[in-house]
Amino acid sequence: MAGTSTELKVAVVGAGPAGLYVADALVFQDGRPVRVDVFDRLPTPFGLLRYGVAPDHLKMKSLARALQRTLDDDRVRFFGNVTIGTDVTVDELRAGYHAVAYTFGASTDRQLDIPGEDLAGSASATSFVTWYSGHPDVPADLFDLSGVSTAVVVGVGNVAIDVSRILVKDVDELRKTDIPETVLDRLAHRGITDVHVLGRRGPVHAKFTAKELRELGELGGVDVVVDPAQLELGPEDLADLEHEPALARNIAIMKEWAERGLTGAPRRLHFHFWSRPVAVQGDTAMTGVRIEPTKLDETGRCVAAGEPYDLPAQLLLRSVGYRGIPVPGVPFDGESGTVPSDQGRVTRDGQPSPGEYVAGWIGRGPVGVLGTNRADAEGVVEVLLADAPGLLAREIPGPDPVDLLAERGVGVVDAAGWAAIDAAEVALGKSLSRPRSKIATREELLAAAEH
Amino acid sequence: MTYVITEPCVDIKDKTCVGECPVDCIYEGDRMLYIHPDECIDCGACEVVCPTTAIFSEYDLDDEEGKRSMARAQELFAEVGSPLGAKRFGLLPHDHPEVTALPRNPDADA
Repeated sequence: MAGTSTELKVAVVGAGPAGLYVADALVFQDGRPVRVDVFDRLPTPFGLLRYGVAPDHLKMKSLARALQRTLDDDRVRFFGNVTIGTDVTVDELRAGYHAVAYTFGASTDRQLDIPGEDLAGSASATSFVTWYSGHPDVPADLFDLSGVSTAVVVGVGNVAIDVSRILVKDVDELRKTDIPETVLDRLAHRGITDVHVLGRRGPVHAKFTAKELRELGELGGVDVVVDPAQLELGPEDLADLEHEPALARNIAIMKEWAERGLTGAPRRLHFHFWSRPVAVQGDTAMTGVRIEPTKLDETGRCVAAGEPYDLPAQLLLRSVGYRGIPVPGVPFDGESGTVPSDQGRVTRDGQPSPGEYVAGWIGRGPVGVLGTNRADAEGVVEVLLADAPGLLAREIPGPDPVDLLAERGVGVVDAAGWAAIDAAEVALGKSLSRPRSKIATREELLAAAEH
Repeated sequence: MTYVITEPCVDIKDKTCVGECPVDCIYEGDRMLYIHPDECIDCGACEVVCPTTAIFSEYDLDDEEGKRSMARAQELFAEVGSPLGAKRFGLLPHDHPEVTALPRNPDADA
């Protein structure tokens, strides 16, 4: 460990798309020998691809193929079930690698900060997503949909669309995905008839994308309801649309829904723009949501525009953004929920910290789609490789963090363990006549990894 | 389903889409870029960033030109195969012959 070397040893904290894009960019270049160790708190890699992308977005999930190729490279090792900050500290990592790249993403949610937000029945879309994705930290009984006939989803991004879609989608369609069997059971017995999606501002401000919108209009057994008056745009908005073909496409899709009208389908998905929740109502469990109409004032701020009204509902999912969680030992800006950086180099007290880098949502904030992380990761690796001569000149006294993990008895899941989990999920699916079924508890994942 | 790059890309090749694609399935020809129809995972990230509005979901191709562009991508990759990654593959050996034969895109010189 002591002394300089020519092989660049890099630790990546977080094996989601951002971390694996970093690893891929590092091994893509062959100018410099490199070894990349990718750590993840969970027994499985792929982060939000596995626990964020909706189970019925099967083609998106096939990104796993490309990410797996990175893991399969001889120069890349996977260490799952390892919590950096606990099992091994950041200081110990920095003593064992020439560079550490933080790519641990943003796994918690932003709050609405309204009264009643903590009542039973009010939850974050992120927790709902982790639940239907079979995240091992989330119990199968977290969501009980049996008493829910009306749900409210707050937010108009793609995550809001995902949770709305899963709430109303035909269970026989969902059976074709890897959604955990326990979740499928609960969805099979749900009695939801109406889902109301609330957007604080207008349709041109919504962050959803055309593909997700189109999909809603094609759901069997579901009518999508939107007030055509809300789709009539003022002169400023129309001017904006000229330069934003993506927005124009969204409006066109929604107008088509409005024109189609109701077909008497058993479930309805309603879009309400210019609407924000001001309180969740109820005693111990929620019974409804108080909603206030909004408009933009002269300064462009979103303000109240009329009397609020009450909508009876038994489930509220707030989908107003993800938020990063700090890792002990890694600098963190509480306000933005990100690791402070300058051009990909982590900064401590405003100064770039030698050997520390950040990429993905935990550096940029939780914005952008999966693909945005690829360009981000490639940019950060370019900076890291430019820094390489200086990095290699640094003493890394060790001990080897991988040895520390063994000494401490940490149950590491390596690439072979992940392959065993993967095979077990396919086998489980087969036994249920499904292509695959996710294993949803940590104990079962670790047990599957052993085989 | 897939996404398709149509003729507004010709002779411009902005390439912002290439950097956005999570599976690196946008390949570069001489005069334009092509999305690999089998490798595309339908995420739609490219459609959103194209400055010439050249990219459409297969669903939204309602004119002859759009449908021809899709057929060209299919024919081109029937020949090239499925490299699973444009960066590692490098440049396509040639454009689809119909693209080679297109007149110069007037917007490229605007």
